[in-house]
Amino acid sequence: MGSLRQVLAITWMNLRSVPQRPGASLVVIVGIAGVVAVLVSVLSMAQGFRHTLASTGRPDRAILLRSGSDAELASSIARDQAQILANTPEIARDSQGQPLASAELVVVADLPRRDTGTPSNVPFRGVQPAAFAIRDELRLVQGRRFGAGLREVIVGQKAAQQFQGLEVGARIDFRDSDWEVVGIFASGGDVHESEVWADAETAVSAFRRLGFQSMTAKLAITDDLDALRQRIDADPRFSISVLREPEYYAKQSQLLGTLINVLGYTVASFMAIGAMFGALNCMYSAVASRQVEIGTLRAIGFGAAPVVVSVMAEALLLALIGGTAGGALAYLYCDGASLSTLNFETFSQVAFDFRITPALLGQGVLWALAIGLLGGLPPAIRAARLPVTEALRSS
Amino acid sequence: MKFLPLLWSGLFRKKTRTLLTLLSVVAAFILFGLLQAVRVAFDAGADAADAKRLLTTARYSIIDPLPLAHLGKIERVPGVVAVAYANWFGAKYQDQSNAFPVFAVDPARYLDMYPEFRIDPAQRAAFEGTRTGAVAGVRLVRRFGWKLGQKLPIRSEIHAQRNGGLDWEFELTGVLDAEDPAQQGNTDVVLINNAYFDEARRTGKGSTGWYIVRIADSGRAREVGAAIDRLFANSPDETKTQPEKEFALGFAKQIGDIGALVTRILAAVFFTLLLLTGNAMAQSVRERIPEFAILKTLGFSDGKVAGLVLSEALLLLLLGGGLGMLLATLMLRPLNAATGGKFPPLFVSPATWGLAAAILLSLALAIGLPPAWRVRRLRIVDALRGG
Repeated sequence: MGSLRQVLAITWMNLRSVPQRPGASLVVIVGIAGVVAVLVSVLSMAQGFRHTLASTGRPDRAILLRSGSDAELASSIARDQAQILANTPEIARDSQGQPLASAELVVVADLPRRDTGTPSNVPFRGVQPAAFAIRDELRLVQGRRFGAGLREVIVGQKAAQQFQGLEVGARIDFRDSDWEVVGIFASGGDVHESEVWADAETAVSAFRRLGFQSMTAKLAITDDLDALRQRIDADPRFSISVLREPEYYAKQSQLLGTLINVLGYTVASFMAIGAMFGALNCMYSAVASRQVEIGTLRAIGFGAAPVVVSVMAEALLLALIGGTAGGALAYLYCDGASLSTLNFETFSQVAFDFRITPALLGQGVLWALAIGLLGGLPPAIRAARLPVTEALRSS
Repeated sequence: MKFLPLLWSGLFRKKTRTLLTLLSVVAAFILFGLLQAVRVAFDAGADAADAKRLLTTARYSIIDPLPLAHLGKIERVPGVVAVAYANWFGAKYQDQSNAFPVFAVDPARYLDMYPEFRIDPAQRAAFEGTRTGAVAGVRLVRRFGWKLGQKLPIRSEIHAQRNGGLDWEFELTGVLDAEDPAQQGNTDVVLINNAYFDEARRTGKGSTGWYIVRIADSGRAREVGAAIDRLFANSPDETKTQPEKEFALGFAKQIGDIGALVTRILAAVFFTLLLLTGNAMAQSVRERIPEFAILKTLGFSDGKVAGLVLSEALLLLLLGGGLGMLLATLMLRPLNAATGGKFPPLFVSPATWGLAAAILLSLALAIGLPPAWRVRRLRIVDALRGG
């Protein structure tokens, strides 16, 4: 017990003296705050991108593509095939007995981005009427749905934010055809919010297409994707691959998500190394300035352990303050901000939000503490091993 | 120069402190070198752009096909010297989607259009003379260990053969390289013969992806581009013609502003470094006030003593920054070998070195000037009393 009291006494005494060394303490705090702010903000980008793609799709839905195609743009499904596929018994039906399947086409349209004004690829999706029953997470936040056979579109709210001229009532010129924006929809922050939707039949004729690219369907029995897959595989008329929707979208986030993560960790590692050297420097000079004090304490009978703990406690406290400040900075700067980038898999824009999660902030604080630990330990050991006589001889 | 030993002993008076400060400078400049390399690679497309090349794509989207029949019409536009075309194959190799781009081209037209690509004349002739021939960029050949004459089994995500299968096979007849290391990333492609591809494919015969147009006078790029687009206005296949650089910049902008991201990160890094090094420097000068007073007593002028302090800051940053940039250069070599062909090559460009030098100088001034000013105004009597 006696030793614990010693530790607490010295640690408390030391922490009270920290404000007397504002310059050095500030360097440690700012250095570590910088590392954590950069780490958290870059990783929150990857997190947001992954989240957007991972939250697209539900396990009770399947997407059908031509075998061998990984993305809708490269896929094609002929009109007659779409008809037969929709009537497969493994696909659910609505109360009127209509199959819950939507054959869709996706073309890429050029629209100017709000931030840069440069034309960017926006996915323009033609959907069949069943699409709204299949994707029941979709809500109109403004306006109304497009009418059948009319050149009207509804726009995802992220697309409306990221691109110019997508307000309700605006007219957009796509491929020689004029479309009116009649509504804005939300769908839980998934990729469809970066898209423009129209009636499939109208789009097929306007863009002179012969058929569709993909089909999204609700499964009759939630977990029974295999039954649908087996039936389609066994049918020689088709060469179609069946994927569970969440898997299809999660795969699209792999490359870019990994790239952003690698960038974030690389940058943070080098910054952390720099910050660690800075922390070492400051803790060494803190120990040097307390030399006489430490010598005196040792001379009157205090052990080495309380001295080590007091130095470590100072380093860790400064690191904690820095880590928290860095996390807060990243949060203020990034939370709720959104970006749009090119999804390599679909060759079109996908918009997403920075996502700062408690787990990410925790990771940032852990990094901060690790830097504090590495920066505090060698000076603490030096402080403990100072010969008393030498320490008392003030420099 | 004769003051170098004095500077050195001043710097390394406290070995640990100086070494630690030096290492944080090294870490910051390694990061600077690496991030700038990423930025340079990202802009490589626009930097390698030839002012005398235009790109003609489908008006509404680059992924829409254009008829091959446009070729002859574009060639007859006044100011056009040569035309080549390419078609996106949508390759899948060893189950990796987009492991590398494959273009179906007219070999002679395409290779003439890009004089910056180097290919052995015999290999070029073999490519032109082999129907199923293909040439591949040197980094891809190294990455996959391909040998000349071997068969390349490549699957297409888009184009089926007449029998409906998506599996294609080509014969490697040559290797592409680039004169300039900065452009080696642009050779990370496989080129195949469009004549064979167009004949063997099931749908979309007689179409291609985009045209590359060489013009006589780069000053007339807009005019010629507009003339090309006018040819096809109101036809089912309208075009959009842009200078190559503009196209590359537009594409880079689609990905987002990488430059701004890198700038923000580096600003955070250098701000932290400034604080850290500045603090160490100020501390070191504070401890040596009496020494500077003695130097002044010995007859060093105010300016000289201030110059000594400033030079110390400069020496410290030059050592750390130079070492950091060198390490970044060395680190990129194995990194490029590991990602060959997956990502463009990363390297520290001369411009990056220049920028590093400018940042070093301004940091040295920011760190060294306040203590230098303090030492300059030092009054000998007071300073000696302080010691």
